[in-house]
Amino acid sequence: MNARTLLAAAACIALGACSSGGHDNFDKSTQYGPDPQLPEPSRALLPRMNVSKVVGWAQGETPTVPQGFEIEAIATGLSNPRNVYPLPNGDLLVVESKKDAKEPLERPKRMVMDWVEAKAHGGSGGGPSNRILLLRDSNGDGKPDAPSVLVDHLNAPFGVVVVGDALYVADTDALLRYPFKVGDTKVGGEATKVVDLPAGAINHHWTKSLTASPDGSKLYVGVGSNSNILERGPGAEMNRADILEVDPKTGGLDVFAMGLRNPNGLTFYPGSDVLWTVVNERDELGPDLVPDYMTSVKRGAFYGWPYSYWGQHEDARVRPQRPDLVKAAIKPDYGLSSHVAPLGLAFYTGSAFPPQFRGGAFIGEHGSWNRPERNGYKVVFIRFENGKPVGQPMDFVTDFLKGDGARGRPVGVAVDKAGALIVADDVGNTVWRVTPNAAS
Amino acid sequence: MAEVITLRESGVARVTAPIYLLLFPIPVVLFIAALVADIAYAKSGNIMWLNFSEWLIAAGFVFGALAAIVLIVEFIASRAIRTGTIGWTHLVLFFAALVVELFNMFFHTRDGFTAVVPVGMALSIIGVLLALAAVGTLFRLPVTWVVHRRAEVMS
Repeated sequence: MNARTLLAAAACIALGACSSGGHDNFDKSTQYGPDPQLPEPSRALLPRMNVSKVVGWAQGETPTVPQGFEIEAIATGLSNPRNVYPLPNGDLLVVESKKDAKEPLERPKRMVMDWVEAKAHGGSGGGPSNRILLLRDSNGDGKPDAPSVLVDHLNAPFGVVVVGDALYVADTDALLRYPFKVGDTKVGGEATKVVDLPAGAINHHWTKSLTASPDGSKLYVGVGSNSNILERGPGAEMNRADILEVDPKTGGLDVFAMGLRNPNGLTFYPGSDVLWTVVNERDELGPDLVPDYMTSVKRGAFYGWPYSYWGQHEDARVRPQRPDLVKAAIKPDYGLSSHVAPLGLAFYTGSAFPPQFRGGAFIGEHGSWNRPERNGYKVVFIRFENGKPVGQPMDFVTDFLKGDGARGRPVGVAVDKAGALIVADDVGNTVWRVTPNAAS
Repeated sequence: MAEVITLRESGVARVTAPIYLLLFPIPVVLFIAALVADIAYAKSGNIMWLNFSEWLIAAGFVFGALAAIVLIVEFIASRAIRTGTIGWTHLVLFFAALVVELFNMFFHTRDGFTAVVPVGMALSIIGVLLALAAVGTLFRLPVTWVVHRRAEVMS
C-alpha cells in the first residue's frame, strides 16, 4: 500500500463515503409501513450531514401539490410559524415560535451542532415571534384578512387546543390557560398556569405538542428528549421522551406513555379515543436508521427510547443498559423512513377532498440533516382503513427544496372548517392552504 | 564547553527551541488525562467522564498542533536537529501521536458508550504510547542542547 492509497483510505473514512454498511443503494421505501427494513447500525468517522441552507420562497413560488389540487399562501412574512390550529368558526390560529436560548457547551461537539441548527433555521424571519396570530377570512373568499395578534410574549409555544371556554397553550416550560371563546379576537384575560412542563437549561427538544381527549377532560402533552440517546445522563430526562397526561382542572400530571424520543402531532383519531403521534427517532446510526414513525399510543406503554428502537433492537451506545425495559418495548405502528423529522399530524376530517382521503393522515415532515441524501421536506398522506394506516405514503405537498437549499420546511398540519389542508412552513415563514382544484 | 555545540545554530532555532520545550508537554499531559477519563467512563458509564475526555483530547490536539508547527520551524532552522536519527524519530513519533489523537477526537464526538468502547479507548492508548515514546527521545534532542549552551554562555 503506497502513501496515496493510504491517504485515500483516510479521506474515505473521514468523509464517510465508504461506510462498511454500503447503504448507498438502500431503498428507503422498504421503511414505510408496519415492518420496516432495518440495516445494521453504521457510522462514519464524522456524522454524515447534509444541512439545507434556507433560501426562502421567491415571489410567486409555491410548493407542488398533486393534480386536482391547488395551493396558495394565506399568510406570508411571518416569523417562524410552526403550528396551525383551525377553529370551528373558520378562524385559524397560527403559532409563531422560536427557542432563542442556546444549549450549554458541554462538549466540543456542541459548537458543530449549533452551526448545523443555525444553518438549518437561518433566516427564520426577523420579526417578533413567540406569539399566536388569528387569521380570519371575513368575506369568505378563502383568503384571510391581515392577521391579528391573539396572544403575545409566549415562551417558545407549540401546541394549542381549545376546550370549552379555554384556550390552552403549551409553552416550552408550562401549560397555560387563557379565557377564550371561539369567535373572540382577543383572549379574555391573563394566563393561568396549569402546570410546569420539563424545560431547564438544556431543553434540547423544546416543542411541546398538545391535544385534548375527545371529552375534553384530559390534556396530552408530547415532551421530547433532552438528548440524542441519553448522552446527557438520565438526570436530564425527567418526564421527557414521554407523553404526559394532564388534568386541566387540578394541574395533576401523569406519564401516559414512555420511550418516545420526540413525540409531536398528538391527535385523537376522529370518532375514537385512540391517541396518535408522530415520533422523531434517534440519529447517528447511519442514513437509514432509525425510521421515524407514526403510532397509536397505548396507555402505560414503553416505545424503546433510549435503550432500544423498533421493539427490541438494542442501542449499544446507551449506558446504563436496561434489558428489562428493552424486553418491554413495543413496536410502533407505521415507519415513515429515516430522518424525515415528522412534526405535524392531522387526520382528514373534511369532505372537500376525494373519498380516499377521509380518515387518512397528513404528516408534515420537516426534513433530514443526518443523511447525505435528504429525506422528508414534504407533507405526505397515508390512507387509513378501519382506523389503521394502510399502503405506502403518497407525496402530497412537495418541492420545499430548491437545489442545495430549502425554500421552506413543513411543520404543523391541520384540516380547516372548509376541508382544506393547512400547512405551517417555519423557515419559509408562510402558511399554505391546499384545496381541490376548482376546475376538477 | 561540550563538543555538542560544534554545530552552529541559527537565531530562529534559539527562539523556537525553548518554545517547543514549553509547548510539547501540554498535549502529552492532556492525552494521558484523556485516557484516564476514558477508563473512568468505560468503568462507570457516567457521561461526565466522556465530556472530560472530549475536551482533553480536543485541547491536547490544539496545543499539539501548535507544538508541531514550532517543531517544523525548528527542523527548518536547525541543522543540529536534522542531523542524525534522533530528531527524526522524535518528529515521527510525535506526529503519529497527533494523527491518532485527531482520529480519536472524531471518534469521541459519538454519542454514548461507543465513543469510547472499544475504538476510542484503543486510540487513546495508542496515542499516549506514541506520545510517551516521543518524550523518551526528547532528552536526547539537540533542542535541549541549545538551552544548555545558552546557559553555559551566560554563566
